[in-house]
Amino acid sequence: MTTRPIAVVGASAAGLAAAEALRRFGWTGPLALIGDEPHLPYDRPPLSKQLLHGTWDPERLLLRTQEQLDPLGLDLRLGTRATGLDVAARTLTLDDGERLDCAGVIIATGVAARTLPGADALTGVHTLRTLDDALALRGRLAGGGRRLVVVGNGVLGCEAAAVARELGHEVTLVGQDPVPMAAAVGTAVGELLAEEHRARGVTLRTGVVDGFDTEGTTVSAVRLADGGGGGGVTRLAADTVLLAIGSTPAVGWLGDDPALDTTDGLRCDAYCAAAPGIYAAGDVARWEHPVHGRPLRIEHRMNATEQGMAAARNLLAELAADGADPQERRPFAPVPYFWSDQYDLKIQAYGPTAGADRVETPVLDRAGRRVLALYGREGRAVGVLAAGLPPRRIRALRAVVATPLPWEEARERIDAATATG
Amino acid sequence: MKITVDADKCCAAGQCVLIAPEVFDQRDEDGVVVLLDAEPPADQHDAVREAAAICPAAVIEVQA
Ligand SMILES: Cc1cc2nc3c(=O)[nH]c(=O)nc-3n(C[C@H](O)[C@H](O)[C@H](O)COP(=O)(O)OP(=O)(O)OC[C@H]3O[C@@H](n4cnc5c(N)ncnc54)[C@H](O)[C@@H]3O)c2cc1C
Ligand code: SF4
Repeated sequence: MTTRPIAVVGASAAGLAAAEALRRFGWTGPLALIGDEPHLPYDRPPLSKQLLHGTWDPERLLLRTQEQLDPLGLDLRLGTRATGLDVAARTLTLDDGERLDCAGVIIATGVAARTLPGADALTGVHTLRTLDDALALRGRLAGGGRRLVVVGNGVLGCEAAAVARELGHEVTLVGQDPVPMAAAVGTAVGELLAEEHRARGVTLRTGVVDGFDTEGTTVSAVRLADGGGGGGVTRLAADTVLLAIGSTPAVGWLGDDPALDTTDGLRCDAYCAAAPGIYAAGDVARWEHPVHGRPLRIEHRMNATEQGMAAARNLLAELAADGADPQERRPFAPVPYFWSDQYDLKIQAYGPTAGADRVETPVLDRAGRRVLALYGREGRAVGVLAAGLPPRRIRALRAVVATPLPWEEARERIDAATATG
Repeated sequence: MKITVDADKCCAAGQCVLIAPEVFDQRDEDGVVVLLDAEPPADQHDAVREAAAICPAAVIEVQA
């Protein structure tokens, strides 16, 4: 009998990490890496930073060169979409009609950018998730029009606004929340970012998009509903609009097999398993975090790699369970990490900062643009964020939230750490 | 083992330093990676491979 393949669906950060880890941890059988984008696996964070800015070309984003991939012996299928999965049989269907009977499957299909009705048909309205998106937006910004409206003031909207300002555009940043990135990092840190954007010349607006004005099929303004029930609208003239209004997990292709729970991502247990032989990793995976005791879905770059590796290890352990050399599966219990670059500010955070019910800022030096914030949930400190502090001290903060401590204890440890800085 | 780093791509995540502190450090000014030992001894090799795999910006390249 020939060995059935392991298939990794989604050829980006999480999928590549999973494929490499499968080889590192000893899978010598056939290994398919299936991705619907035509490009070799590339990195997304620079899309809204160096690539949009024009300082990096697309080749610089490649996570691996072809020469680095060759030794992995992958059955690499780019430009190929998985269109269905029979969970019990572990059979994948691909858009070229092929069916793959697999020993195991790792799902790493990420998320797709949300858009607004009618936006896709308009010239000048963009989203930013893929390399092609970023190149299209970069091309549009280079085309002469100077007025950019960014809809959505989360991390992506803020980063793109910063780059466009640096490129000399007139930038308006519109959010439903008056404070940028408030959902992710709380209002104190958000206010600091708001000040930074204002100081750099970005106009901040609060509002809900009601629609677009057009000239022919090209956008000419964004209409904001004024609220207050009067039905009034404000028009923001625009040559280019970037919709940065969040994302939807790419689970649609899985259909509605009752064996899988696909409400807000693919639900997995603490081992990143969604069903026997079926694992998930990266932005698409909602798994039971054993330390935080609740399901988390993390759309950050570091998690994609770590979870890809964890899913690979656990899938192999499951497959080997009846073999001669059984390995234990291990719960996936990372300390989540993310960073964001805006102008010359670098924000770094450990632990889940979103969903906090308490935030304090032991360091908040607006003029010096230094901040340290602690995030709590149900009496315990779960996350910490810093900007403008030396790397050594930021790394040390990780230990404070690696296991959620009672709030007061974490506060004391933070105070001790900042006193000796 | 021979290590090279493409420091321009480093996003200062510091994961490499957490995993292999004898081989990697970060610059004080901006957190960009500093390679302390380009040809580390054998007892460091596993940690270095782990750091290369986990680096979120594909900065670290390891040869044999
Ligand atoms: C512009 C931008 C900036 C970012 N900046 C930061 C940052 O500063 N810091 C940070 O921590 N994180 C950042 N992120 C988030 C980070 O990039 C993601 O967390 C990471 O890319 C997730 O990797 P992934 O492999 O899980 O998913 P993705 O990168 O989304 O990859 C999924 C892949 O699967 C493919 N796919 C989907 N469905 C199918 C199918 N049915 N068949 C085949 N292939 C399929 C997709 O096309 C895609 O190529 C940023 C993201 C973006 C878009
Ligand atoms: S892990 Fe990678 S990105 Fe982070 S500091 Fe080290 S080299 Fe730089």
